[in-house]
Amino acid sequence: MATRIHGDLTADADTDTDPRIADGAGAAVRVRGLTRAFGSRAVLDGLDLTIAPGEFVALLGRSGSGKSTLLRVLGGFDDEVTGEVLVARRRAVVFQEPRLLPWTRVLANVILGLKGPGAAERGRAALEEVGLGGRERSWPVTLSGGEAQRVALARALVREPDLVMLDEPFGALDALTRIRMHALLHELCTRHQPAVLFVTHDVDEAVLLADRILVLSEGRLSFEASVELAAPRLRTDPAFAALRSRLLAELGVHELADATH
Amino acid sequence: MEDSVAEVIDEVVPRVVDRPAGPADRDRAGDGARDIGGIGATALGLTIADVAATDTATGAATGAAVRLVSALEDPTGKRHRARRARRIPPWTRRLAGPALLLVAWSLATGLNLVGDRELAPPGDVVGAARELWSSGELADNLATSLFRVAWGLLIGVALGLALAVVAGFFRFGEDVVDSAMNFLRAIPVIALLPLIIVWIGIGEEAKIFLITVGVTFPIYMNTFAAIRGVDIKLVEAGRAFGLSRTGLIRRVIIPGALPGFLVGLRWSMGVAWLLVVFAEQVNTDSGLGYLLNRAQGWNRTDIMVLCLVIYGILGLLCDGIVRVLERSLLSWRRGFTGT
Repeated sequence: MATRIHGDLTADADTDTDPRIADGAGAAVRVRGLTRAFGSRAVLDGLDLTIAPGEFVALLGRSGSGKSTLLRVLGGFDDEVTGEVLVARRRAVVFQEPRLLPWTRVLANVILGLKGPGAAERGRAALEEVGLGGRERSWPVTLSGGEAQRVALARALVREPDLVMLDEPFGALDALTRIRMHALLHELCTRHQPAVLFVTHDVDEAVLLADRILVLSEGRLSFEASVELAAPRLRTDPAFAALRSRLLAELGVHELADATH
Repeated sequence: MEDSVAEVIDEVVPRVVDRPAGPADRDRAGDGARDIGGIGATALGLTIADVAATDTATGAATGAAVRLVSALEDPTGKRHRARRARRIPPWTRRLAGPALLLVAWSLATGLNLVGDRELAPPGDVVGAARELWSSGELADNLATSLFRVAWGLLIGVALGLALAVVAGFFRFGEDVVDSAMNFLRAIPVIALLPLIIVWIGIGEEAKIFLITVGVTFPIYMNTFAAIRGVDIKLVEAGRAFGLSRTGLIRRVIIPGALPGFLVGLRWSMGVAWLLVVFAEQVNTDSGLGYLLNRAQGWNRTDIMVLCLVIYGILGLLCDGIVRVLERSLLSWRRGFTGT
């Protein structure tokens, strides 16, 4: 099979010359037979993944299952891979830590790498959208964890991405802030409709937000579930609990059984 | 699916009731109640009632004596006080240390703890300053030394920075430059003087060259380490958001390496003054070091002490310059500032 690493998916690609891109035009991510080995251990082992435009996909996996490795490959931070990896050209990443440049004020962080006269205006609008209007001139050290992560969201949004990849973005936040961030992310994704790959180890978070949930284990996607819950999704919904338990079982956790034995 | 959850809960609750349970067990029973939230009203009601019963039972069954708190204290250690507005400007507070030294010096000479021949009293030193100032000697020699230090620093900082950038950004640069620099660093700079004299004589160039060499190393070592110490996560983020190579250097690496460079700058200023004194005591007829050397010949401790005081003041000024640079360039930092 053709090995193509870090191509770009673009809707306007020349379909005559490269049929693989034509296939990809209907997808934000297309991965075929992706393998990434560290020494002799294949962390990703012939993985296939397709994400449709506008689709919110949550990727679950135990610690060490290769979730972050996959995200690093898709983000272009790791090129020692074999297989075909195609991702939308307009893409943005939100990391677990906000990764704001501490010596750069909030607005300049948001529009980092953007060019053109309208950049500052767009950055301001993005900050407004994440509820941080008026904080443009703040230094990152003065932000709380939740605020910093909202700046990171604004920095991703302002690029109007076709694909947003989030690597356990709320993992370091407290429970109350996390609930607010879930609502914010949901709202932003509904409005902007990017395809989303949301890597997390929090099953509730995945069920709450995703259209489709994938479980990564042994370097492959071992389980896939479409989430068809009535909106708004409530943890008290029996179907929510059922899916949650099913996913936990896939991850090798048997909640109550584990607690009692 | 629902059945299995209900079964498990049936198992939990009786077990907890059966034996005296610790807090951990109670927590688990609580989890059970939460987890079946969606199963049905009957099951839910039953379990909550059970758990409530369990809680009471546990409290009675453990029956441990309540642990009393022996004393309460103010965690700030009674230093609790309202922050006073600081009315005195900080630079005047920086002068408190030198002022204290001046007092000690006056006392030591005034009380004749040290003889005038060993250490001139402050009054004599002021007199010497007046004398040398009116003759123009002080201004001339000071200007000469400042000139040498300024050129040495300028060239040395530029050279150290350039080498650090080459070694920091390029792997081949590290291989070539860093090993060479570490080899040369081991040589005491003043041991180069004879060779320098052979190469470029004893003129101004030789003195500036010596200072340049001494300044280059602290700048290089600190800046190189700082470039390599820039958080890779920030570099990755910069790349992910479309920064070009030059953008990455300008926006991420240089600002990230700046604190380390300023440490090197502070250090190198000290080195520059050290070396200018040394260079001016060998075959010279100008500069503060020359003045100091000549005062020894005349046995004038007032002039010697005057030179030392000037060195001290220059050191303070250099420190002040770096502090101002730090405050303006590193205003984004919020580090520990002392208590």
